[in-house]
Amino acid sequence: MAAGGEGVGIVETRYYTFAHKPHPLEVECGKTLSPVTLAYETYGRLNRDKSNGVLVLHALTGDAHAAGLHEGDKNPGWWDNMIGPGKAFDTDRYFIICSNVLGGCRGSTGPSSINPETGKPYALDFPLITVKDMVNAQRLLVDHLGIDRLLSVAGGSMGGMQALQWAVSYPERVRSVIPIATTATHSPQQIAFNEVGRQAIMADPNWNEGDYYGRELPAKGLSVARMVGHITYMSDLSMNEKFGRRFRTCHSHFSFDPNFEVEGYLQYRGENFIKRFDPNSYLYITKAIDYFDLANGRGLQEILRGVKARFLVIAFKSDWLYPAYQSQEIARACKRAGVEATYAELNSTWGHDAFLIEIAEQSHLVSHFLKKAMAAV
Amino acid sequence: MDKDGSHLRPDQSAIVEIITQDASVLDLGCGHGELLEALVREKRVRGQGIEIDDEAILDCVAKGLNVFHDDIDRGLSEYGDRSFDFVIINQTFQQVRKPDVVLREALRVGRGVIVGFPNFATLKTRFQLGLRGRTPVTPSLPYDWYDTPNLHFLSILDFVDYCRKSAIRIERTFYFTAKRRVRVLPNLFAETAMFLITKGRV
Repeated sequence: MAAGGEGVGIVETRYYTFAHKPHPLEVECGKTLSPVTLAYETYGRLNRDKSNGVLVLHALTGDAHAAGLHEGDKNPGWWDNMIGPGKAFDTDRYFIICSNVLGGCRGSTGPSSINPETGKPYALDFPLITVKDMVNAQRLLVDHLGIDRLLSVAGGSMGGMQALQWAVSYPERVRSVIPIATTATHSPQQIAFNEVGRQAIMADPNWNEGDYYGRELPAKGLSVARMVGHITYMSDLSMNEKFGRRFRTCHSHFSFDPNFEVEGYLQYRGENFIKRFDPNSYLYITKAIDYFDLANGRGLQEILRGVKARFLVIAFKSDWLYPAYQSQEIARACKRAGVEATYAELNSTWGHDAFLIEIAEQSHLVSHFLKKAMAAV
Repeated sequence: MDKDGSHLRPDQSAIVEIITQDASVLDLGCGHGELLEALVREKRVRGQGIEIDDEAILDCVAKGLNVFHDDIDRGLSEYGDRSFDFVIINQTFQQVRKPDVVLREALRVGRGVIVGFPNFATLKTRFQLGLRGRTPVTPSLPYDWYDTPNLHFLSILDFVDYCRKSAIRIERTFYFTAKRRVRVLPNLFAETAMFLITKGRV
Protein backbone atom coordinates (compact mmCIF):
# COMPACT_ATOMS: atom_id res chain seq x y z
CA MET A 1 0.00 0.00 0.00
CA ALA A 2 3.06 2.25 -0.04
CA ALA A 3 2.50 5.49 -1.92
CA GLY A 4 4.74 6.14 -4.91
CA GLY A 5 8.20 7.49 -4.36
CA GLU A 6 10.89 6.80 -1.87
CA GLY A 7 10.13 6.02 1.72
CA VAL A 8 12.25 6.66 4.76
CA GLY A 9 14.36 3.58 4.04
CA ILE A 10 15.74 1.22 6.66
CA VAL A 11 14.76 2.13 10.20
CA GLU A 12 15.41 0.76 13.64
CA THR A 13 13.32 0.63 16.76
CA ARG A 14 14.94 2.24 19.79
CA TYR A 15 14.12 1.97 23.45
CA TYR A 16 13.93 4.52 26.23
CA THR A 17 13.77 3.26 29.79
CA PHE A 18 12.80 5.58 32.61
CA ALA A 19 10.95 5.69 35.93
CA HIS A 20 13.74 3.83 37.66
CA LYS A 21 13.45 3.40 41.40
CA PRO A 22 12.85 5.47 43.48
CA HIS A 23 10.88 7.48 40.90
CA PRO A 24 8.33 5.08 39.48
CA LEU A 25 5.64 6.07 37.00
CA GLU A 26 2.38 6.51 38.82
CA VAL A 27 -0.60 5.47 36.72
CA GLU A 28 -4.14 6.77 37.02
CA CYS A 29 -5.45 3.85 39.04
CA GLY A 30 -2.97 4.76 41.79
CA LYS A 31 -0.48 1.95 41.24
CA THR A 32 3.09 2.44 40.10
CA LEU A 33 5.37 0.95 37.47
CA SER A 34 9.14 0.85 37.60
CA PRO A 35 11.01 0.86 35.37
CA VAL A 36 9.11 1.69 32.17
CA THR A 37 10.40 1.18 28.64
CA LEU A 38 8.94 2.75 25.53
CA ALA A 39 9.87 1.42 22.11
CA TYR A 40 10.05 4.24 19.58
CA GLU A 41 11.17 5.16 16.11
CA THR A 42 11.98 8.53 14.60
CA TYR A 43 12.10 9.68 10.99
CA GLY A 44 13.50 12.91 9.61
CA ARG A 45 15.64 15.33 11.58
CA LEU A 46 14.92 17.54 14.53
CA ASN A 47 15.65 21.13 13.51
CA ARG A 48 17.86 23.52 15.43
CA ASP A 49 15.19 25.13 17.58
CA LYS A 50 13.45 21.78 18.01
CA SER A 51 10.19 23.13 16.65
CA ASN A 52 9.43 20.52 13.99
CA GLY A 53 8.66 17.50 16.18
CA VAL A 54 5.48 15.61 15.26
CA LEU A 55 4.27 12.79 17.45
CA VAL A 56 2.36 10.15 15.53
CA LEU A 57 0.16 7.90 17.65
CA HIS A 58 -0.84 4.38 16.79
CA ALA A 59 -4.17 2.60 17.01
CA LEU A 60 -5.19 -0.44 19.10
CA THR A 61 -2.85 -3.03 17.60
CA GLY A 62 -0.23 -0.74 16.06
CA ASP A 63 3.34 -0.23 17.17
CA ALA A 64 6.32 2.09 17.02
CA HIS A 65 7.13 1.00 13.48
CA ALA A 66 5.12 3.60 11.58
CA ALA A 67 7.26 3.99 8.47
CA GLY A 68 10.16 2.57 6.54
CA LEU A 69 11.49 -0.97 6.62
CA HIS A 70 13.20 -2.98 9.26
CA GLU A 71 16.36 -4.67 8.05
CA GLY A 72 15.43 -7.79 6.10
CA ASP A 73 11.70 -7.06 6.26
CA LYS A 74 9.40 -6.72 3.26
CA ASN A 75 6.48 -4.93 4.89
CA PRO A 76 6.78 -1.23 5.68
CA GLY A 77 5.47 0.47 8.84
CA TRP A 78 1.75 0.90 9.42
CA TRP A 79 1.52 4.51 8.16
CA ASP A 80 4.28 4.33 5.57
CA ASN A 81 1.97 5.83 2.94
CA MET A 82 1.62 8.96 5.10
CA ILE A 83 5.17 9.34 6.46
CA GLY A 84 8.23 9.97 4.31
CA PRO A 85 9.95 12.49 2.07
CA GLY A 86 7.27 14.54 0.31
CA LYS A 87 4.46 12.65 1.98
CA ALA A 88 1.82 14.09 4.33
CA PHE A 89 4.13 13.85 7.33
CA ASP A 90 7.06 15.07 5.31
CA THR A 91 10.32 13.79 6.75
CA ASP A 92 12.20 16.47 4.80
CA ARG A 93 10.41 19.05 6.94
CA TYR A 94 9.45 17.37 10.17
CA PHE A 95 10.91 15.13 12.82
CA ILE A 96 8.41 12.31 13.23
CA ILE A 97 8.25 10.25 16.42
CA CYS A 98 6.15 7.17 17.01
CA SER A 99 6.21 5.04 20.14
CA ASN A 100 4.49 1.85 21.17
CA VAL A 101 1.93 2.61 23.88
CA LEU A 102 2.31 1.80 27.54
CA GLY A 103 0.57 -1.54 28.04
CA GLY A 104 1.55 -2.68 24.56
CA CYS A 105 3.50 -5.74 23.56
CA ARG A 106 5.73 -4.42 20.80
CA GLY A 107 8.70 -3.37 22.88
CA SER A 108 7.05 -1.10 25.43
CA THR A 109 6.29 -2.13 28.99
CA GLY A 110 3.07 -4.08 29.18
CA PRO A 111 1.54 -7.16 30.78
CA SER A 112 3.93 -9.48 28.92
CA SER A 113 7.00 -7.62 30.26
CA ILE A 114 9.00 -9.04 33.14
CA ASN A 115 7.93 -7.76 36.52
CA PRO A 116 11.23 -7.00 38.33
CA GLU A 117 9.58 -7.86 41.65
CA THR A 118 8.88 -11.44 40.66
CA GLY A 119 11.15 -12.07 37.68
CA LYS A 120 8.08 -13.28 35.78
CA PRO A 121 5.77 -11.54 33.30
CA TYR A 122 3.34 -9.15 34.97
CA ALA A 123 0.27 -10.80 33.44
CA LEU A 124 -2.73 -9.54 35.44
CA ASP A 125 -0.49 -7.91 38.04
CA PHE A 126 0.02 -5.19 35.48
CA PRO A 127 -1.97 -2.15 36.58
CA LEU A 128 -5.01 -1.06 34.58
CA ILE A 129 -3.81 1.74 32.36
CA THR A 130 -5.65 4.57 30.63
CA VAL A 131 -5.15 6.67 27.54
CA LYS A 132 -3.98 9.42 29.89
CA ASP A 133 -1.29 7.08 31.25
CA MET A 134 -0.13 6.30 27.71
CA VAL A 135 0.17 10.03 27.04
CA ASN A 136 1.99 10.70 30.31
CA ALA A 137 4.57 8.09 29.38
CA GLN A 138 4.95 9.59 25.89
CA ARG A 139 5.48 12.99 27.47
CA LEU A 140 8.56 11.62 29.25
CA LEU A 141 9.87 10.28 25.94
CA VAL A 142 9.32 13.69 24.32
CA ASP A 143 11.21 15.27 27.25
CA HIS A 144 14.00 12.78 26.70
CA LEU A 145 14.19 13.80 23.04
CA GLY A 146 14.61 17.39 24.20
CA ILE A 147 11.43 18.70 22.62
CA ASP A 148 9.64 21.34 24.58
CA ARG A 149 6.75 21.91 22.21
CA LEU A 150 5.54 19.52 19.54
CA LEU A 151 4.47 20.94 16.22
CA SER A 152 1.68 18.39 16.13
CA VAL A 153 0.23 15.26 17.66
CA ALA A 154 -1.64 13.07 15.21
CA GLY A 155 -3.30 9.71 15.05
CA GLY A 156 -6.31 7.69 13.96
CA SER A 157 -8.73 5.74 16.13
CA MET A 158 -7.03 5.12 19.50
CA GLY A 159 -4.19 7.29 18.18
CA GLY A 160 -6.70 10.12 17.84
CA MET A 161 -7.77 9.65 21.45
CA GLN A 162 -4.17 10.05 22.53
CA ALA A 163 -3.83 13.16 20.37
CA LEU A 164 -6.90 14.66 22.06
CA GLN A 165 -5.57 13.71 25.48
CA TRP A 166 -2.26 15.40 24.67
CA ALA A 167 -4.07 18.66 23.85
CA VAL A 168 -5.91 18.54 27.16
CA SER A 169 -3.16 17.17 29.43
CA TYR A 170 -0.32 19.24 27.99
CA PRO A 171 -1.88 22.22 26.20
CA GLU A 172 1.31 24.23 26.40
CA ARG A 173 3.29 21.51 24.68
CA VAL A 174 1.39 21.04 21.42
CA ARG A 175 0.88 23.54 18.63
CA SER A 176 -1.63 21.49 16.70
CA VAL A 177 -3.72 18.36 16.99
CA ILE A 178 -4.90 15.98 14.27
CA PRO A 179 -7.52 13.53 15.58
CA ILE A 180 -8.65 11.19 12.80
CA ALA A 181 -11.59 8.75 12.79
CA THR A 182 -11.85 8.97 16.54
CA THR A 183 -14.01 10.04 19.45
CA ALA A 184 -13.79 12.05 22.66
CA THR A 185 -15.44 9.20 24.52
CA HIS A 186 -16.21 5.56 23.78
CA SER A 187 -19.86 4.85 23.02
CA PRO A 188 -21.71 1.80 24.36
CA GLN A 189 -21.49 0.20 20.91
CA GLN A 190 -17.72 0.60 20.88
CA ILE A 191 -17.43 -0.77 24.40
CA ALA A 192 -19.68 -3.67 23.43
CA PHE A 193 -17.49 -4.78 20.53
CA ASN A 194 -14.43 -4.61 22.74
CA GLU A 195 -16.16 -6.63 25.41
CA VAL A 196 -16.93 -9.39 22.91
CA GLY A 197 -13.22 -9.50 22.09
CA ARG A 198 -12.23 -9.64 25.73
CA GLN A 199 -14.76 -12.35 26.50
CA ALA A 200 -13.44 -14.42 23.61
CA ILE A 201 -9.91 -14.22 25.04
CA MET A 202 -10.95 -14.91 28.61
CA ALA A 203 -13.18 -17.81 27.54
CA ASP A 204 -10.18 -19.57 25.99
CA PRO A 205 -9.11 -22.27 28.51
CA ASN A 206 -5.48 -21.45 27.73
CA TRP A 207 -5.95 -17.94 29.02
CA ASN A 208 -5.67 -19.26 32.55
CA GLU A 209 -6.44 -15.96 34.32
CA GLY A 210 -3.78 -14.30 32.21
CA ASP A 211 -1.05 -16.64 33.34
CA TYR A 212 -0.12 -18.35 30.09
CA TYR A 213 3.41 -17.13 29.40
CA GLY A 214 5.76 -19.98 28.53
CA ARG A 215 2.78 -22.26 27.97
CA GLU A 216 0.10 -22.81 25.38
CA LEU A 217 -1.27 -19.37 24.38
CA PRO A 218 -4.97 -18.45 24.23
CA ALA A 219 -4.57 -18.13 20.48
CA LYS A 220 -8.12 -19.13 19.59
CA GLY A 221 -9.61 -16.50 21.90
CA LEU A 222 -7.35 -13.79 20.55
CA SER A 223 -8.16 -14.91 17.03
CA VAL A 224 -11.91 -14.51 17.56
CA ALA A 225 -11.32 -11.10 19.14
CA ARG A 226 -9.34 -10.06 16.08
CA MET A 227 -12.02 -11.38 13.72
CA VAL A 228 -14.67 -9.26 15.43
CA GLY A 229 -12.30 -6.31 15.28
CA HIS A 230 -11.71 -6.71 11.56
CA ILE A 231 -15.43 -6.77 10.84
CA THR A 232 -15.83 -3.45 12.61
CA TYR A 233 -12.93 -1.91 10.69
CA MET A 234 -14.52 -2.60 7.31
CA SER A 235 -17.82 -1.48 5.83
CA ASP A 236 -20.66 -3.37 4.23
CA LEU A 237 -19.56 -1.96 0.89
CA SER A 238 -15.85 -2.66 1.30
CA MET A 239 -16.60 -6.25 2.34
CA ASN A 240 -18.85 -6.65 -0.68
CA GLU A 241 -16.13 -5.33 -2.95
CA LYS A 242 -13.39 -7.38 -1.34
CA PHE A 243 -15.14 -10.72 -0.89
CA GLY A 244 -18.62 -10.70 -2.33
CA ARG A 245 -20.10 -14.14 -1.77
CA ARG A 246 -17.16 -15.78 -3.48
CA PHE A 247 -15.95 -19.20 -2.41
CA ARG A 248 -12.31 -19.95 -1.70
CA THR A 249 -12.04 -23.36 -3.30
CA CYS A 250 -14.41 -25.61 -5.15
CA HIS A 251 -17.61 -25.69 -3.24
CA SER A 252 -18.90 -29.19 -3.68
CA HIS A 253 -20.66 -30.03 -0.48
CA PHE A 254 -22.24 -28.29 2.46
CA SER A 255 -19.83 -27.99 5.37
CA PHE A 256 -18.77 -25.79 8.26
CA ASP A 257 -15.36 -25.27 6.73
CA PRO A 258 -14.54 -21.64 6.08
CA ASN A 259 -15.40 -21.87 2.41
CA PHE A 260 -16.51 -18.28 1.85
CA GLU A 261 -13.63 -15.93 1.08
CA VAL A 262 -14.67 -13.64 3.89
CA GLU A 263 -14.47 -16.52 6.37
CA GLY A 264 -11.05 -17.50 5.15
CA TYR A 265 -9.81 -13.93 5.36
CA LEU A 266 -11.03 -13.42 8.91
CA GLN A 267 -9.63 -16.74 10.08
CA TYR A 268 -6.29 -16.04 8.47
CA ARG A 269 -6.11 -12.59 10.06
CA GLY A 270 -7.23 -13.97 13.39
CA GLU A 271 -4.83 -16.90 13.48
CA ASN A 272 -1.83 -14.82 12.47
CA PHE A 273 -2.51 -12.19 15.09
CA ILE A 274 -1.06 -14.32 17.92
CA LYS A 275 2.35 -14.07 16.23
CA ARG A 276 2.56 -10.39 16.96
CA PHE A 277 0.11 -9.60 19.73
CA ASP A 278 -0.18 -10.51 23.38
CA PRO A 279 -3.73 -11.43 24.46
CA ASN A 280 -3.35 -9.67 27.81
CA SER A 281 -2.23 -6.49 26.05
CA TYR A 282 -5.42 -6.74 24.00
CA LEU A 283 -7.43 -6.86 27.23
CA TYR A 284 -5.61 -3.91 28.81
CA ILE A 285 -5.59 -1.66 25.79
CA THR A 286 -9.23 -2.25 24.83
CA LYS A 287 -10.18 -1.51 28.43
CA ALA A 288 -8.12 1.69 28.34
CA ILE A 289 -10.01 2.98 25.32
CA ASP A 290 -13.35 1.90 26.78
CA TYR A 291 -12.58 4.02 29.84
CA PHE A 292 -11.59 6.92 27.64
CA ASP A 293 -13.70 9.97 28.32
CA LEU A 294 -11.82 13.14 27.50
CA ALA A 295 -14.25 15.45 29.28
CA ASN A 296 -14.56 13.12 32.23
CA GLY A 297 -18.18 13.97 32.88
CA ARG A 298 -17.75 17.68 32.22
CA GLY A 299 -18.65 19.45 29.01
CA LEU A 300 -16.20 18.86 26.19
CA GLN A 301 -16.07 22.58 25.44
CA GLU A 302 -15.12 23.34 29.03
CA ILE A 303 -12.19 20.95 28.76
CA LEU A 304 -11.08 22.51 25.49
CA ARG A 305 -11.48 26.12 26.57
CA GLY A 306 -8.14 27.84 26.64
CA VAL A 307 -6.47 25.21 24.46
CA LYS A 308 -4.20 27.14 22.13
CA ALA A 309 -3.52 24.33 19.66
CA ARG A 310 -5.22 24.33 16.27
CA PHE A 311 -7.26 21.26 15.43
CA LEU A 312 -7.68 19.34 12.21
CA VAL A 313 -10.48 16.86 12.81
CA ILE A 314 -11.01 14.25 10.09
CA ALA A 315 -13.80 11.67 9.80
CA PHE A 316 -14.72 9.18 7.08
CA LYS A 317 -18.27 8.82 5.84
CA SER A 318 -18.36 5.01 5.78
CA ASP A 319 -16.76 4.60 9.22
CA TRP A 320 -19.48 3.06 11.37
CA LEU A 321 -17.18 2.08 14.24
CA TYR A 322 -16.15 5.69 14.89
CA PRO A 323 -19.02 7.43 13.09
CA ALA A 324 -18.60 10.98 11.82
CA TYR A 325 -20.97 12.33 14.47
CA GLN A 326 -18.31 11.64 17.09
CA SER A 327 -15.79 13.75 15.19
CA GLN A 328 -18.45 16.43 14.69
CA GLU A 329 -18.88 16.55 18.46
CA ILE A 330 -15.18 17.27 18.81
CA ALA A 331 -15.38 19.95 16.12
CA ARG A 332 -18.48 21.52 17.70
CA ALA A 333 -16.83 21.58 21.11
CA CYS A 334 -13.91 23.41 19.47
CA LYS A 335 -16.40 25.95 18.12
CA ARG A 336 -17.97 26.48 21.51
CA ALA A 337 -14.58 26.67 23.22
CA GLY A 338 -13.24 29.16 20.68
CA VAL A 339 -10.51 26.75 19.57
CA GLU A 340 -9.28 27.22 16.01
CA ALA A 341 -10.36 24.15 14.11
CA THR A 342 -11.00 22.58 10.76
CA TYR A 343 -13.37 19.68 10.33
CA ALA A 344 -13.44 17.55 7.21
CA GLU A 345 -15.59 14.54 6.47
CA LEU A 346 -13.97 12.51 3.72
CA ASN A 347 -15.62 10.21 1.24
CA SER A 348 -14.43 6.66 1.47
CA THR A 349 -15.94 3.22 1.22
CA TRP A 350 -13.31 1.62 3.45
CA GLY A 351 -15.04 2.08 6.79
CA HIS A 352 -12.84 2.65 9.82
CA ASP A 353 -9.78 1.31 7.96
CA ALA A 354 -9.97 4.39 5.73
CA PHE A 355 -7.52 6.29 7.92
CA LEU A 356 -4.86 3.72 6.96
CA ILE A 357 -5.89 3.33 3.33
CA GLU A 358 -7.66 6.44 2.00
CA ILE A 359 -4.54 8.48 1.58
CA ALA A 360 -4.98 11.11 -1.15
CA GLU A 361 -7.35 13.56 0.52
CA GLN A 362 -6.08 12.84 3.99
CA SER A 363 -2.54 13.63 2.85
CA HIS A 364 -3.70 16.85 1.24
CA LEU A 365 -5.36 17.99 4.47
CA VAL A 366 -2.54 16.95 6.77
CA SER A 367 0.29 18.36 4.66
CA HIS A 368 -1.32 21.78 4.24
CA PHE A 369 -2.38 21.90 7.86
CA LEU A 370 1.16 21.10 9.05
CA LYS A 371 2.68 23.66 6.71
CA LYS A 372 0.38 26.29 8.16
CA ALA A 373 1.26 25.19 11.71
CA MET A 374 4.96 25.31 10.89
CA ALA A 375 4.61 28.78 9.35
CA ALA A 376 3.09 29.99 12.63
CA VAL A 377 6.05 28.78 14.72
CA MET B 1 -12.99 29.31 -10.75
CA ASP B 2 -10.39 31.71 -9.51
CA LYS B 3 -8.30 29.84 -7.03
CA ASP B 4 -5.52 32.27 -6.29
CA GLY B 5 -7.93 34.75 -4.76
CA SER B 6 -6.42 37.75 -6.51
CA HIS B 7 -9.47 38.43 -8.66
CA LEU B 8 -12.40 38.98 -6.41
CA ARG B 9 -15.86 39.82 -7.66
CA PRO B 10 -17.03 43.38 -6.97
CA ASP B 11 -19.27 42.21 -4.13
CA GLN B 12 -16.34 40.35 -2.55
CA SER B 13 -14.08 43.40 -2.88
CA ALA B 14 -16.76 45.45 -1.16
CA ILE B 15 -16.74 42.96 1.72
CA VAL B 16 -12.97 43.28 2.05
CA GLU B 17 -13.52 47.03 2.37
CA ILE B 18 -16.26 46.73 4.97
CA ILE B 19 -14.45 44.33 7.29
CA THR B 20 -12.30 46.07 9.85
CA GLN B 21 -8.68 45.25 10.59
CA ASP B 22 -8.08 42.23 12.89
CA ALA B 23 -11.80 41.42 13.04
CA SER B 24 -13.14 37.93 13.65
CA VAL B 25 -15.13 36.69 10.70
CA LEU B 26 -17.42 33.72 10.10
CA ASP B 27 -18.08 33.02 6.43
CA LEU B 28 -21.17 30.85 5.89
CA GLY B 29 -20.76 28.90 2.69
CA CYS B 30 -17.19 30.05 2.19
CA GLY B 31 -16.77 27.99 -0.98
CA HIS B 32 -13.17 27.56 -2.03
CA GLY B 33 -12.10 30.22 0.45
CA GLU B 34 -11.18 33.06 -1.96
CA LEU B 35 -12.84 35.73 0.14
CA LEU B 36 -11.59 34.49 3.50
CA GLU B 37 -8.10 34.22 2.13
CA ALA B 38 -8.24 37.81 0.92
CA LEU B 39 -9.58 38.90 4.31
CA VAL B 40 -6.78 37.10 6.15
CA ARG B 41 -4.21 38.63 3.80
CA GLU B 42 -5.53 42.17 3.71
CA LYS B 43 -7.31 42.60 7.02
CA ARG B 44 -5.53 40.00 9.14
CA VAL B 45 -8.89 38.64 10.24
CA ARG B 46 -9.35 35.61 12.45
CA GLY B 47 -11.43 33.68 9.95
CA GLN B 48 -13.63 30.65 10.13
CA GLY B 49 -15.54 29.15 7.25
CA ILE B 50 -18.43 26.73 7.03
CA GLU B 51 -18.82 24.82 3.79
CA ILE B 52 -20.72 21.72 2.71
CA ASP B 53 -18.87 20.90 -0.53
CA ASP B 54 -16.22 18.15 -0.23
CA GLU B 55 -13.83 19.58 -2.82
CA ALA B 56 -14.14 23.13 -1.55
CA ILE B 57 -13.05 22.03 1.92
CA LEU B 58 -9.78 20.71 0.51
CA ASP B 59 -9.11 24.02 -1.25
CA CYS B 60 -9.82 25.97 1.93
CA VAL B 61 -7.34 23.89 3.92
CA ALA B 62 -4.78 24.36 1.13
CA LYS B 63 -5.21 28.11 1.67
CA GLY B 64 -4.49 27.65 5.37
CA LEU B 65 -8.05 28.49 6.41
CA ASN B 66 -10.07 27.07 9.28
CA VAL B 67 -13.19 25.49 7.87
CA PHE B 68 -15.98 23.27 9.09
CA HIS B 69 -17.50 20.70 6.81
CA ASP B 70 -21.07 21.36 7.78
CA ASP B 71 -24.47 22.58 6.73
CA ILE B 72 -25.17 26.28 7.28
CA ASP B 73 -28.71 25.48 8.33
CA ARG B 74 -27.47 23.73 11.44
CA GLY B 75 -23.93 25.01 11.77
CA LEU B 76 -24.49 28.07 13.94
CA SER B 77 -26.15 26.88 17.11
CA GLU B 78 -22.86 26.08 18.88
CA TYR B 79 -21.58 29.62 18.75
CA GLY B 80 -22.17 31.92 21.66
CA ASP B 81 -23.82 35.34 21.28
CA ARG B 82 -21.56 37.86 19.56
CA SER B 83 -18.72 35.38 19.00
CA PHE B 84 -17.73 37.14 15.77
CA ASP B 85 -17.37 40.73 14.64
CA PHE B 86 -18.83 39.81 11.27
CA VAL B 87 -20.85 36.97 9.87
CA ILE B 88 -20.92 36.75 6.08
CA ILE B 89 -23.73 35.06 4.16
CA ASN B 90 -22.84 36.06 0.64
CA GLN B 91 -24.61 34.34 -2.26
CA THR B 92 -25.53 31.43 -0.05
CA PHE B 93 -28.42 33.17 1.69
CA GLN B 94 -30.88 32.13 -1.04
CA GLN B 95 -29.65 28.52 -0.83
CA VAL B 96 -30.29 27.73 2.81
CA ARG B 97 -33.43 25.93 3.80
CA LYS B 98 -34.57 28.47 6.35
CA PRO B 99 -33.14 31.90 5.59
CA ASP B 100 -35.07 33.59 8.39
CA VAL B 101 -33.65 31.20 10.99
CA VAL B 102 -30.13 31.48 9.60
CA LEU B 103 -30.38 35.27 9.56
CA ARG B 104 -31.60 35.37 13.15
CA GLU B 105 -28.78 33.06 14.21
CA ALA B 106 -26.22 35.10 12.26
CA LEU B 107 -27.42 38.27 14.00
CA ARG B 108 -27.06 36.51 17.32
CA VAL B 109 -23.49 35.28 16.83
CA GLY B 110 -22.21 38.28 14.83
CA ARG B 111 -22.08 41.95 15.76
CA GLY B 112 -22.59 42.74 12.10
CA VAL B 113 -23.95 40.54 9.34
CA ILE B 114 -23.18 40.87 5.65
CA VAL B 115 -25.90 39.35 3.48
CA GLY B 116 -25.64 39.09 -0.29
CA PHE B 117 -28.06 37.53 -2.76
CA PRO B 118 -29.13 37.68 -6.42
CA ASN B 119 -31.89 40.20 -6.99
CA PHE B 120 -34.90 38.50 -8.52
CA ALA B 121 -36.53 41.73 -9.69
CA THR B 122 -34.05 42.99 -12.29
CA LEU B 123 -35.27 44.06 -15.68
CA LYS B 124 -33.78 40.91 -17.15
CA THR B 125 -35.67 38.56 -14.88
CA ARG B 126 -38.85 40.59 -15.21
CA PHE B 127 -38.58 40.39 -18.96
CA GLN B 128 -37.92 36.68 -19.05
CA LEU B 129 -40.66 35.84 -16.62
CA GLY B 130 -43.21 38.54 -17.43
CA LEU B 131 -42.99 38.67 -21.22
CA ARG B 132 -41.40 35.38 -22.25
CA GLY B 133 -43.10 33.36 -19.57
CA ARG B 134 -39.91 31.51 -18.70
CA THR B 135 -38.06 30.97 -15.44
CA PRO B 136 -35.28 33.54 -15.61
CA VAL B 137 -31.70 32.52 -16.33
CA THR B 138 -29.39 35.50 -15.85
CA PRO B 139 -25.73 36.10 -14.98
CA SER B 140 -26.58 36.24 -11.27
CA LEU B 141 -29.14 33.43 -11.55
CA PRO B 142 -27.32 31.20 -14.02
CA TYR B 143 -29.14 27.96 -13.33
CA ASP B 144 -31.95 26.15 -15.06
CA TRP B 145 -35.01 25.40 -12.99
CA TYR B 146 -34.06 21.73 -12.70
CA ASP B 147 -30.55 22.08 -11.34
CA THR B 148 -30.52 25.27 -9.32
CA PRO B 149 -29.08 25.26 -5.80
CA ASN B 150 -31.22 28.30 -5.06
CA LEU B 151 -34.22 27.58 -2.88
CA HIS B 152 -35.50 31.13 -2.40
CA PHE B 153 -36.04 33.93 -4.85
CA LEU B 154 -36.21 37.41 -3.42
CA SER B 155 -35.89 40.98 -4.55
CA ILE B 156 -34.11 43.87 -2.92
CA LEU B 157 -37.46 45.32 -1.84
CA ASP B 158 -38.46 41.98 -0.33
CA PHE B 159 -35.37 42.01 1.82
CA VAL B 160 -35.77 45.63 2.87
CA ASP B 161 -39.39 44.92 3.86
CA TYR B 162 -38.30 41.87 5.79
CA CYS B 163 -35.68 43.84 7.73
CA ARG B 164 -38.20 46.52 8.63
CA LYS B 165 -40.69 43.93 9.81
CA SER B 166 -38.06 42.05 11.82
CA ALA B 167 -36.48 45.09 13.48
CA ILE B 168 -33.21 44.53 11.62
CA ARG B 169 -31.20 47.68 11.02
CA ILE B 170 -29.71 48.15 7.56
CA GLU B 171 -26.38 49.89 8.06
CA ARG B 172 -25.09 49.91 4.49
CA THR B 173 -26.30 48.78 1.09
CA PHE B 174 -24.37 47.76 -2.02
CA TYR B 175 -25.83 46.95 -5.41
CA PHE B 176 -23.99 45.43 -8.33
CA THR B 177 -24.12 44.19 -11.86
CA ALA B 178 -21.53 41.57 -12.75
CA LYS B 179 -18.88 44.26 -13.20
CA ARG B 180 -19.81 47.43 -11.34
CA ARG B 181 -21.77 49.13 -8.58
CA VAL B 182 -25.35 50.22 -9.28
CA ARG B 183 -26.57 53.45 -7.71
CA VAL B 184 -29.96 54.18 -9.30
CA LEU B 185 -33.13 52.10 -9.12
CA PRO B 186 -31.32 49.07 -7.75
CA ASN B 187 -34.39 46.86 -7.62
CA LEU B 188 -34.58 47.22 -11.39
CA PHE B 189 -30.92 47.34 -12.36
CA ALA B 190 -28.89 45.49 -9.73
CA GLU B 191 -28.19 41.84 -10.35
CA THR B 192 -26.91 41.25 -6.88
CA ALA B 193 -27.46 43.06 -3.61
CA MET B 194 -25.50 43.19 -0.42
CA PHE B 195 -26.44 44.54 2.97
CA LEU B 196 -24.57 45.18 6.17
CA ILE B 197 -27.16 44.67 8.87
CA THR B 198 -27.25 44.71 12.65
CA LYS B 199 -29.78 43.78 15.23
CA GLY B 200 -32.12 46.74 15.62
CA ARG B 201 -33.74 47.68 18.88
CA VAL B 202 -36.81 45.64 19.59
